[in-house]
Amino acid sequence: MRIPCPCCGPRDRREFTYYGASDYLDRPAEGADLEAWDNYLHLRDNPAGVTRDLWYHDPCQAWLEVTRNTVTHEILSAHPVSEVSA
Amino acid sequence: MADLISQPALTGLPVTLGRATVAALDPGRVTSIAPYPGRDLSTALAPLRFPAPGEVVSNGSIRLVWAGREMAFLLGAPAPDLTGLAAVTDQSDGWVWVSLEGDDAAAVLARLSPLDLRPASFAPGTAARSTLNHLPALIIRTSETRFELASFRSMAGTLKEELHHAMQAVAARAAL
Repeated sequence: MRIPCPCCGPRDRREFTYYGASDYLDRPAEGADLEAWDNYLHLRDNPAGVTRDLWYHDPCQAWLEVTRNTVTHEILSAHPVSEVSA
Repeated sequence: MADLISQPALTGLPVTLGRATVAALDPGRVTSIAPYPGRDLSTALAPLRFPAPGEVVSNGSIRLVWAGREMAFLLGAPAPDLTGLAAVTDQSDGWVWVSLEGDDAAAVLARLSPLDLRPASFAPGTAARSTLNHLPALIIRTSETRFELASFRSMAGTLKEELHHAMQAVAARAAL
């Protein structure tokens, strides 16, 4: 599996660390109700198909939001989290 | 104040096995330069300039090497005054440097790093951050058959050990 780092180009999976679903980018606002926090912390989809998750490219120290297909293992896109959340 | 004696991070080098030689390397002073967001360093760094990802910008023996997202290493000279422009940190004693040279240098490196080492994708005169097995590394390619490798100084022994193993394996295969 190779992930196209927007900074370094396509790199081997060994250079990356998996963090979790990209749901982590949508942190509930302060004062959000318990259900929102429960969803944020614990509820995850488990799709057979396209999913989005967060990967860290250790060598260049960039967090990426990677869109990939869990069925075909195809990597569809990778964007720096700094741009996604800006 | 105590009179400190500088000690090399590695001993027992250079080592040649088959068609590859690993040798200790002194890059001179090493300073990391990490620009603050939105600052323009072009005047302060002239005649050098801040490198794009993978780039090595040089002026004589002074080099400014891309070393990670929004970070570069200045090799061989003290840093200019970048007050208010960038975070500047002396890294000279934090990293260990070796050179890996010879016709099989790329073959040795290919056993340790997942980088695509073909000259078409990792050209001489460029740099990459990658890993050597589990070691974080900065790799500068100075020619098709010569690399400069840097890793954390605390892992110097492991770096030498990993390179030695890979060189042994490549030399053994060549001798078949």
